[in-house]
Amino acid sequence: MGAETARPPGLEPRRHPFWDRVEAIGLRIPYTVKLVAVWVALFLVLALAFAGAHFDTAWMRANAWFIIRGVWVTVFIAVVSIIFSIILALLGALGRLSKNPVPYGLAGFYTSFFRGTPLIVQLYLWYLGLAQIGVNLGGVWKTYFVLSAVQAGILGLSLNYGAYMTEIFRAGIQSVPHGQSEAAEALGMTYRQRMRRVVLPQAFRVIVPPTGNEFIAMMKDTALVSLLGTSIAWADPFRRATLLGRADFRSLEALVVAAVMYWVLTGVFSFFQRKLENRLAKGYVRTSGAPAPKDRRPRFLPGSAGGGQGGGGMMVEIPEPDTGREAPPG
Amino acid sequence: MTGNQAVVRVENLHKSFGELEVVRGVSMEVHQGEVVVMFGRSGAGKSTVLRCINFLEDPTSGWVEVDGIRLTGGHRTRAKREQIRQLRIRTGMVFQSFNLFPHMTALENVIEGPVTVKGMAPEPAKELGMRLLERVGLADKAEEYPIRLSGGQQQRVAIARALAMEPKVMLFDEPTSALDPELIGEVLAVMRDLAMGGMTMIVVTHEMGFAREVAHRMLFFNDGIILEEGTPKEIFENTRHVETRKFLDAVL
Repeated sequence: MGAETARPPGLEPRRHPFWDRVEAIGLRIPYTVKLVAVWVALFLVLALAFAGAHFDTAWMRANAWFIIRGVWVTVFIAVVSIIFSIILALLGALGRLSKNPVPYGLAGFYTSFFRGTPLIVQLYLWYLGLAQIGVNLGGVWKTYFVLSAVQAGILGLSLNYGAYMTEIFRAGIQSVPHGQSEAAEALGMTYRQRMRRVVLPQAFRVIVPPTGNEFIAMMKDTALVSLLGTSIAWADPFRRATLLGRADFRSLEALVVAAVMYWVLTGVFSFFQRKLENRLAKGYVRTSGAPAPKDRRPRFLPGSAGGGQGGGGMMVEIPEPDTGREAPPG
Repeated sequence: MTGNQAVVRVENLHKSFGELEVVRGVSMEVHQGEVVVMFGRSGAGKSTVLRCINFLEDPTSGWVEVDGIRLTGGHRTRAKREQIRQLRIRTGMVFQSFNLFPHMTALENVIEGPVTVKGMAPEPAKELGMRLLERVGLADKAEEYPIRLSGGQQQRVAIARALAMEPKVMLFDEPTSALDPELIGEVLAVMRDLAMGGMTMIVVTHEMGFAREVAHRMLFFNDGIILEEGTPKEIFENTRHVETRKFLDAVL
């Protein structure tokens, strides 16, 4: 419904008939073909740019495996951290929803501080700042407070992502209608039973898609842990790429390998996230066993899919909880 | 028909929401096997009284007694929370908007209370659940999720869910108000069966036909108090208060 269609008849802008023919031919080409053409063109442009930079594919082939092998560090840090984040987010959300000032206040401080400061600053705080406290206290504290780069990374990522996910969990729990809690209460359920049996299972449907996003974002943020100076044994693809790239003056090649690796990794997880979402739709889809509505956009691409936006797998609109990423810390 | 033992007693109940006093001194007794219909305009306090009976609303003053458990409102200590829970276990509640658990099948909804709250083993619970679903005429829908059931069917499952706790009294909070007209009958039929079976029931409803046929006693709520009380015959044929008459003329 552009401005053209709104024009009164006779006032359409004049156009050479050649363009009408182009448009007619264009309409006959299937959407998928056009989409593939766009991607092919993109890669051609990139290939040209790389060729201009004397892209050393032989070097890439020789060293790609060394860089990619660091992926287990990425996955290990991300998986361990997301588990801690989920626990923190659940506690944080229950705190934010509590009428008791102690958990409410603690959760408020937690989300405010960890959402209000840069992740990289927090990582350095745990790695360098905490070590300073440990050294000053001496004794056993030294062993508890002086952390390795990976330990500090896991701590930092868990606390930071837990704070953002607190808002996701809070919104998810609040999205469950109050009548559900009342029905559970009327049956004589305790608070724990109510949460475990009625509220959280329903909240998880709302929580899972954005949590999947957070996990994908976290896999990328694990690269920041390298900046603490991880050992070679714990070097992730980014650290391996920078070390090797600098040594051989092949940084472009090395970083492209690392970037593609992250891209494939997030793509794979987006795919599994989509599957999980579809499974969670059980009980919310009227026609059981019906396939998800067709959507021509390929979902497995990280950029387009991570979001679960538009909820491809689900037939009901689910409010996207506000993670507060853009909002000022509260 | 009705025994002498009071299952529910309410004494001088008051309930305020902020400045607004919705219930202004209500006392009532409901005996074993009795069906009491509470009716009146919206905002007259009838639903609030019903929700105070199982403490979904906290009474501002006065007390409530169900099956010998007498409780007042106010701060909920751990001990009091447990007493409220015991009171609720003895009370079945049916909501206007059904409030079935959407992530559970009809059968799972029905057995949730016995299994989670009473610790019943899954097998006997399933037998009980199937028996109750049969009683409300929905045995064939046991494996369906609520979204695939009509409003009337959902409400019948909700009644079965409440019955599964084997309550001493059933509370109905406008059980047919959210239903399409053609679905009201099936829910009222189930409620009628329950009444015939001797269940103690307190029903907030605008269904005057149901009240006339099933109720032993009717309470007319007006402006936060019980203005008039009597058998359906007394209420419909010998209306004493002009407010009651005006309401009945409006809904009949």
